[in-house]
Amino acid sequence: MHIPSIAEFFPPVIAFEGTIFEINRITLVRLVSALAVSLLFWAAARRAQLVPGRAQNVAEMALDFVRVNIAEEVLGERRARPHVPLLTVMFFAIVAMNITGVVPLLNMASTSVVTVPLLLAVVAWIAFVVAGIKAHGAIGFVRASLFPSGVPWPIYIILAPIELISTFILRPATLTVRLMANMLAGHLLLVMFFSMTSYLFVETSGLMKGLGVLTFGAAFAFTLFEIFVAVLQAYIFTLLTAVYISLAQEAH
Amino acid sequence: MTEGSPLVNIVGNIATIGYGLATLGPGIGIGLLVAKTQESVARQPEVAGQLRINMFIGMALVEALGLIGLVAGLLF
Repeated sequence: MHIPSIAEFFPPVIAFEGTIFEINRITLVRLVSALAVSLLFWAAARRAQLVPGRAQNVAEMALDFVRVNIAEEVLGERRARPHVPLLTVMFFAIVAMNITGVVPLLNMASTSVVTVPLLLAVVAWIAFVVAGIKAHGAIGFVRASLFPSGVPWPIYIILAPIELISTFILRPATLTVRLMANMLAGHLLLVMFFSMTSYLFVETSGLMKGLGVLTFGAAFAFTLFEIFVAVLQAYIFTLLTAVYISLAQEAH
Repeated sequence: MTEGSPLVNIVGNIATIGYGLATLGPGIGIGLLVAKTQESVARQPEVAGQLRINMFIGMALVEALGLIGLVAGLLF
């Protein structure tokens, strides 16, 4: 029986061993999902017409979801324009990489290793720091973040370090860990349910096979839940990035 | 006095118990957040967008402690 463990996320190396370009199964899945999402959008946007056909319509609905429900809702229609491309790329990259966790032959979300969430969180950090510096200037941004107004000055002695850690360290760290932990836990649970089902059906006998039906039902329900979590985690990541950009631009 | 023998022998990583304890606070916190947002949206549906954004800001702060608990459990 295939008991899931952390070793699932460190499969054997396929090519370029020892260098930084090591390819294992998870890197292959990542490349496949990147290629798939690029091809989908290229095919939908090719020969774009003013009155959209079906494929273009679906792509426009998806892009409008990010633009209206995430960027414009948080930032307001005028301030959102510079940031919509970044948020769109972030959202669809995370959806594509999360959803491979439930696709039957791929079965591994490449966001479940720390690399991709860390990279996206660093990009989000750069985005909100640059937005804050553009709005307030470097010194002004640090002053607005660490010393919020409306507080009697002795409290700044404990408030400023807390704000420093909370704003500049915890924000990217929690973005990373939230995405990675959700995908990791989801994958481990799916592997556990499916391997338990196969074990109960194949290697036990009699009444235990009935238990296999239960675990298969649980695996099915959990797969649907994983699809929901994949989209939800992408939405939360992108929404929080937009929120951090908005908070960095506001004058306190 | 001679040394006594242990009553129970439990083997494993205490970090898992630590993480289990770390989930209590954020669980209650996020539950309160979402409950209050639900109530407020039911009272005044036209500000639902702004309330949802505030809920997500609060969720990011509350969930941070649960995630730190998970990382600390894995690290040590």
